[in-house]
Amino acid sequence: MVATNTGTRTVIALVENKAGVLARICGLFRRQGFNIASLAVGRSEIKGLSRMTFVVEGPEEVVRLVAAKLDRLIEVVEVEDISDLDHVYREMVLIKVSADNEKRGEILQLSNIFNVKTVDVGSDQMTIETTGESNEIESLLELLEPYGIIEVMRTGRVAVLKSNE
Amino acid sequence: MKKTGAQVLCEGLIHHGVEKIFGIPGGAILPLYGTLSEYPELDHILVRHEQGASHAADGFSRITGKTGVCFATSGPGATNLITGMATAMMDSSPMIAITGQVSRPGIGKDSFQEIDITGASLPVTKHNYLVMSADEIPRVLKEAFIIANTGRPGPVLIDIPRDVFTEQFDFDNKFWEEEIEILGYKPPKFAENSKIDKALKLIEESKKPVILAGHGIIISKAYNELVELAESAQIPVITTLLGISSFPENHVLSLSFPGMHGVAWASLALDQADLVIAIGSRFDDRITGDTSRFATKSKKIHIDIDPAEINKNIEVDVALIGNAKDIMKQMLPKLKKKTHIEWINHIEKLKEEHPSLKLKKSPDLTGQYVIKSLSDETEGKSVIVTGVGQHQMWAAQHYSYCSQNSWISSGGLGTMGFEVPAALGAKVGAPDKNVWSIAGDGGFQMTLCELATIVENNIKVKFALLNNNHLGMITQWQGMFFNEDYQANAYTANPDFVKLANAYGMKALSVDNNEDVRPAIREANSHDGPFLIDFKIKKEENVFPMIPSGQSVNELLEEPIDGSN
Repeated sequence: MVATNTGTRTVIALVENKAGVLARICGLFRRQGFNIASLAVGRSEIKGLSRMTFVVEGPEEVVRLVAAKLDRLIEVVEVEDISDLDHVYREMVLIKVSADNEKRGEILQLSNIFNVKTVDVGSDQMTIETTGESNEIESLLELLEPYGIIEVMRTGRVAVLKSNE
Repeated sequence: MKKTGAQVLCEGLIHHGVEKIFGIPGGAILPLYGTLSEYPELDHILVRHEQGASHAADGFSRITGKTGVCFATSGPGATNLITGMATAMMDSSPMIAITGQVSRPGIGKDSFQEIDITGASLPVTKHNYLVMSADEIPRVLKEAFIIANTGRPGPVLIDIPRDVFTEQFDFDNKFWEEEIEILGYKPPKFAENSKIDKALKLIEESKKPVILAGHGIIISKAYNELVELAESAQIPVITTLLGISSFPENHVLSLSFPGMHGVAWASLALDQADLVIAIGSRFDDRITGDTSRFATKSKKIHIDIDPAEINKNIEVDVALIGNAKDIMKQMLPKLKKKTHIEWINHIEKLKEEHPSLKLKKSPDLTGQYVIKSLSDETEGKSVIVTGVGQHQMWAAQHYSYCSQNSWISSGGLGTMGFEVPAALGAKVGAPDKNVWSIAGDGGFQMTLCELATIVENNIKVKFALLNNNHLGMITQWQGMFFNEDYQANAYTANPDFVKLANAYGMKALSVDNNEDVRPAIREANSHDGPFLIDFKIKKEENVFPMIPSGQSVNELLEEPIDGSN
């Protein structure tokens, strides 16, 4: 298969919550030489099942092949490449930023635009939290850059199809 | 009633109809072996190498359609199964491998003979289990048999720590009768009717159709449906390499196999067809060559049980996902009778213009002549087991397969050495069939330790060793594609294979000329026991036709006929 249309693809999977499931799934991406850009796992609404959201960088056809192979795994109940379907997604980030008394107010003001929550404040630094799409988080990080970012902890993307899909 | 994990495992195997087990004991699996004497229904065949156990289980599976079972211990025992499981995985062969693991407290501590075999076998198994509690054994075993031998079959590994074999728990035998559901596992069965109609319409409209019949026909035992489909609509049948013996080669519509070393008329028919109906095959690269130039003039119908195969290698027009037999049963009542006289006459002309299977006149003994003689002497009714290389291709070409499921070969993985233990397993599975292992001197020496197993158990396999003291296919490729720069291709110190077989206690003959071929085959066939014939064949002999790797039918190379080379 000749690879075309390389880009970021979002795949969601409903899987059994068991030891080793993640290794099986990751193995199929690894075999194609794909990097998993982000991965989020959590319990679903069904007992014993988890939902995973993968963001991978690879050609559409190959991602489709991997998704089909994922579906073949015994512990994968459902899998779907939702990249071309109407969906919403969010990422969450915790940012630890330098902030003395003088700068703290400034940062908070700036952060208001981004729906930011303050989760921890120290004498010369503070930690804030936000959720949003990747580009919103990127913009916030850009704005905070001049203040001195000490640490960034981002989750993977979680995605869900819109109601009409 | 309280039972040990090992006891419940043995009872589960018996419940699932297992009679033969191929294996070798070792420390971690000894508690299981210690239980075998309580269950005389389980016949354990002691092989000489775990790879042999896995190939024997595979050979057994392929001939019987049942799930082959092998045992190995932890560590090296388990890793030695990997090649056999990979072979079974690539060729969709049902197998259950049970490995001992170090006791639970030792796991992760680099204990003696510890290996993470569930991790190591991930890519070569359909599924695998690490059983951390004896009471999981019944459920795991039941799932394993379902997974191994339904849908697209494949190997399942069950890794059981030593102390789980001996752990006791309350077990009620009624569990074996219960139906279980595996949440994420639902093999498709029937295709949507609208798609069936679409496929039938393509068949109706086609003027130059061919069927590409794969291993799926054999796995689903759809032999009769295939014949009916072919005959009703008068569609010529090309088999894939692993589809060989899914359709009788003495049938007027049989075109043998296409691709890299397939017969020219099959490759040409596939190229010229206006409709390709692929059934239980996966458009392997040995068939397609350059996919962008493969069968470009045709629409394609793909019948396969594995949705991941659809559009994987070749884009198709109609995909019917399900069991080949069930889908053909859906199609046949609605199929309109047709004829394709012009197309079939055209293919007959191709056969005349490209006589791929015509034997050269050769004063020296050739592999082709040996196989043709074997085919004639056994009337195309033996089970042929091969390894990989020139001998395999000659066996695929020059034996005329006239009985169902009579070709067992490592197609996908291309495992040299498969031919010895797989033939052993096939003969154990079908003791009433005449099983011939056709081997090259390269592959044969990879697994020949199993001759001891064969003699010990009087497994009456016949060996046709095509011995040219070379890695023949390597020699061919180096000659054709590496400027005759021959490297590491010659076996200059081969043993005397007759003496070697005799040393194991097996009867053997050596043949180095055309005249002695048939008498030797007759002697082997009439001998009531295993037998080896060391055919000393000509060294410089290539397999033709050939479509070089990644090329198309336009680059098909044919051999000059009648000794003009």
